[in-house]
Amino acid sequence: MSTIDFRTAIRDAIAAEMERDERVVFFGEDVAIAGGVFKATPGLHERFGEERVFDTPISELALSGAAYGAAITGLRPIIEIMFGDFMALPMDALVNQAAKFFYISNEQGTVPLVVRCAVGGGGRFGAIHSQIPGTWFQGVPGLKIVAPSSPGEALGLLRGAIRDENPVIFLEHKRLYSVKGEASPEEVIPIGRARIARAGEDVTIVSIMKGVGDALAAAEDLAAEGISAEVVDLRSLRPLDLDTVLASVAKTNRVLLVEEGPRTGGWSTGLLGAISESGLHDLDDAWILATAEYPIPYSPPLEDAFMPDAAAIAATVRERLGAGVAR
Amino acid sequence: MHRLFLKGEVHGTTHLYSGQEAVAVGVCAALTQGDWVAGTYRGHGHALAAGTDPAGLAAEMLGRATGVCGGRAGSMNVIDLEHGLLGCYGIVGAGMGAVLGAALSGRRTGKVAVAFFGDGATNQAYFHESLNFAQVLGLPIVFVCENNLYGEFTPLAASTAGGDIAGRAKAYAMNAEKVDGNDLWAVRDAAAAAVERARGGGGPTLLEALTYRHFGHSKSDPGSYRPPEEVEAWLARDPLVIARERLLADGVPVEHVDAAETSAADTLRRAVEAALAAPYPDPATEAAQEFAA
Ligand SMILES: Cc1ncc(C[n+]2csc(CCOP(=O)(O)OP(=O)(O)O)c2C)c(N)n1
Repeated sequence: MSTIDFRTAIRDAIAAEMERDERVVFFGEDVAIAGGVFKATPGLHERFGEERVFDTPISELALSGAAYGAAITGLRPIIEIMFGDFMALPMDALVNQAAKFFYISNEQGTVPLVVRCAVGGGGRFGAIHSQIPGTWFQGVPGLKIVAPSSPGEALGLLRGAIRDENPVIFLEHKRLYSVKGEASPEEVIPIGRARIARAGEDVTIVSIMKGVGDALAAAEDLAAEGISAEVVDLRSLRPLDLDTVLASVAKTNRVLLVEEGPRTGGWSTGLLGAISESGLHDLDDAWILATAEYPIPYSPPLEDAFMPDAAAIAATVRERLGAGVAR
Repeated sequence: MHRLFLKGEVHGTTHLYSGQEAVAVGVCAALTQGDWVAGTYRGHGHALAAGTDPAGLAAEMLGRATGVCGGRAGSMNVIDLEHGLLGCYGIVGAGMGAVLGAALSGRRTGKVAVAFFGDGATNQAYFHESLNFAQVLGLPIVFVCENNLYGEFTPLAASTAGGDIAGRAKAYAMNAEKVDGNDLWAVRDAAAAAVERARGGGGPTLLEALTYRHFGHSKSDPGSYRPPEEVEAWLARDPLVIARERLLADGVPVEHVDAAETSAADTLRRAVEAALAAPYPDPATEAAQEFAA
C-alpha cells in the first residue's frame, strides 16, 4: 500500500499493464508528449516509445475507430477522449462497431479496448465540458462502463479494464484527479462488482465516483447524529451489480441513489426500478438525489447549487428519515 | 441472391454487388495471407474476394445456423476473421475507421489493411478523419472508393462537392489514383502498387475505382432514377464480359474460360442449395453471451 493521488493511479495502472503485455498501446490527443490535459499520463511516451504511446490528430471518431480496429486485430488499445462530452463524436465506433463485434461475429474475436475520459462537474468548465456520458452508453449491450471513486479503485479497476476482453468506457471524475488515497500497485479489480464503502444500518446510499466520497462524508455527519448510513460504491454501471445493492437494502430497508446527472434517463432511475422489481418487500423508503433537468451551468454559485454534495446528501437523509430512526 | 430475395428468403434488405465485381477481385488479388479487408453493406463481393466460403456466406445472408456468423450478422454485417474480413459495415464509412487500427497492428507484422467504400461515403466524417489520421501516422492502408456514381438514389454531382474523389486525397498529400473499376487487370495493377507501397512503409493510398451497379441500391429499389442510356452503356461494360474477352484475347483456350465460369456458377448454386437446406438457429439452444470472458 502507498498513498498516491488519483492521476498517478491512472498512470501507474497503464504503466504496469504496458510493462506486462507488449500488446497494450495508448494513444489520444495530447496524451504522449504533453502527458494529457489533466496530466494523468506524463512519462509513458518516454518510457514505452512512440510505437506504443503516441499523439493523434483531433479526431475522436478516427481514433476510436482505430482503437476498435486495433483491438480486433490483436492489440490491446487504451485511448483517451479528453472530455467525456466529446464522446458524442465517436459514438458510432463504440456503440455500433466495438460493442456489437463479439456477438455478431458469432464470437470469432473479442474487443479488448479501454476508452478513458475525464467527466463531471464542479470545475467551472460549463455545459459542454462537465457531463458524465456513462448513461449515454448504459443501454448498449456489449459495453462495460466503469466509474472509480478513489485512487485505489482507479488503479485496480483500470488494470482490470485493460485485461478485460470487452470494450470498456472508463470514467474519471475531474474532481478526483488530485484526491489522495491508499492504493495497492499489485491489485487488479475485476469489473462488475460493487463494493460496500462503509457499513451501516439505517439507510443505504448508492453512488459512483465523486458521489461516493460525498456519501461517505455525509455518513460521517449523520453518524454524529445517530443515523447509521451504509455506502455502496457501484464501481460499474454496466454490468450493474444489483445483488450487492439488494443485499444492502435488505439490511437497511431504505435506499438513496445519488446521481450527478438528470434523473430522466439516468442510471439511478433504472436502478431504482430494478430494486423495486426484486426487493420491494425489503423497502420502507427509496428516493433519488439527482441534478436538475437542465444543462450544467457555468457561474460558480449556479454550478455549486446544481451539484449534489455531502451537505445535500445529509440533508435529504435527515429530512426523509425524520428526527429519529425507528430500529 | 436477387431471385432469393424476391422469393423472401433473404430477410430485411440486401445490396447487390453486380457490376462492381472487378473492384473487389482486383484489389484482393493484390493481397497476401494475413492482410485485412473491411467491406461495406454491399459486401458479398468483398467477402467472396477475401476468401470467405460461399456456402457460409450464402447461409449467413439467409439467416441460417451454418452462416459464417451463425445468422447473428446477416447480409449487411458479415465478419470472417479467418480470411481477414474485419467486417462488412452497415454504417456508411465505418470500415475506414476499422482499418486504421488494423494498420496499427499491421505495422508490427508487415500486414496491410484495405477499406472498401462508396462515393457517398467520401462525405462522411469517417473519410476525412481517417485519411488525415492514416497519412499523419503513415499507416499501411489502401482506401478503395467504389465510385458507382450514386449514393442510394442521389447522383454524385448532387452530393459530393468538387466531384473528384481521388482529388480529395491531394489535400492530405496522400497518393491517389483513378482507375477503371470494370477492368480487373487495371484494378489489380493499381492495387498491387498501392499494397507494395504500404508494405514498404510508404504510407496509405486512395484508389478511386470508376464502376457501376447493375441493379438499384437495395431490394426495394428498381433504380429508375438512372437514365436508360447510362444504364445501357455501363451494362455493355460488364466487368465479367470484359474479363472474358481479355482472357480470350490473351490466348486462354475458350474451354478453360467456360469451365471456370461453369465451376463458379456451380459453386454458388451448391452454396445456395446448402443454405436453403440448412436450419435456422434455435433461440432455445442459442448460448449467447453479452461479454467475452
Ligand atoms: C451512416 C449511414 N448513413 C446512411 C445510411 C443509409 N445508406 C445506406 S447505403 C447509402 C448510400 C451509400 O452510397 P455510397 O457510399 O456511394 O455506396 P454505394 O451504395 O453506392 O456502394 C446510404 C445513404 C447508412 N447505412 N449509414
